[in-house]
Amino acid sequence: MRWLVLIATSALCLGIKIFGHYVPQRWLTNDRLQRINALIPIALLSALVVAEGVVQKTHVVLDHRLAGLAVALVALMAKAPFPVVVVAAAVTSALVYHLH
Amino acid sequence: MAPLPRTTVRDALSVSLTVGAYGVAFGAASVAAGFSVLQSCLFSLFTFTGASQFAAIGVVASGGPAAGAIATAAMLGTRNALYGIQMAPLLRVRGLKRVASAHLTIDESTGVALSQVPRGAEAVRVGFWLTGVGVFVFWNLFTLLGALGAKALGNPASWGLDAAVPAVFLGLVWPRLENTFLRVVAATSMVFAIVITPWLPAGLPIIATAFVAIVLGWRAR
Repeated sequence: MRWLVLIATSALCLGIKIFGHYVPQRWLTNDRLQRINALIPIALLSALVVAEGVVQKTHVVLDHRLAGLAVALVALMAKAPFPVVVVAAAVTSALVYHLH
Repeated sequence: MAPLPRTTVRDALSVSLTVGAYGVAFGAASVAAGFSVLQSCLFSLFTFTGASQFAAIGVVASGGPAAGAIATAAMLGTRNALYGIQMAPLLRVRGLKRVASAHLTIDESTGVALSQVPRGAEAVRVGFWLTGVGVFVFWNLFTLLGALGAKALGNPASWGLDAAVPAVFLGLVWPRLENTFLRVVAATSMVFAIVITPWLPAGLPIIATAFVAIVLGWRAR
């Protein structure tokens, strides 16, 4: 299953990139398509924050990960550089995990 | 040939090095999700687009089906096609070099290249290739280090890795939230994902959230 995910994801993502370099420019200049395409990463990445941060299987579970995520949010609001955001989230989450 | 514009080189290198941090996080998260060190490295070599890679392993880690992981990653990768449409007429390369330029077409290379437009066509090309190759080298090197590191560390929760992954996604979406409408899209997507979580198989609420983007993007603002 993991090999399938790896191979299919790589083939599709590379195929999409190559497609963009070879299609005639007018194909993808549709306004609606561009608007939706700009929103897709925002919608999916937001859903991924939730799915990885507060979900386990099919249940909403609030645990040590949420503490890490909250610290990441504060770090981002304070304009901290990206590595600081991730490390702060990990350290906080690990601390809460071990205190429990 | 004119000498390389120094600011262009500096922009490209600083972006490439910063991305290394994501690489460590990806390698570590990938191993924590049950992928081998080899598989993690192949991901970074051949998929080479960070958000899609994190999404694919994230869906697998949360117990989702392979199709959900692949579809989510592919949808996140569609923006690279639009970057390609913008970059192809600026790069004007053919054959294998064109395929290579396509593989290197990601957020960072396109961003640096387009920011060089005021400095001229040569700066655009230098910015694209330097950033693309630089990110490729560091992304793959750091993926390997992260994967080896995670393998040595063991239990991911013990090291906070399970919180590092959602923090990465938050860090990826954050700079995109430039105005109130985009923040509304993000908040709506989070609420939508939470609400549908108990009703769908694991991993599918993520791809279902594309619905929010389609509905909110349908009408011109």
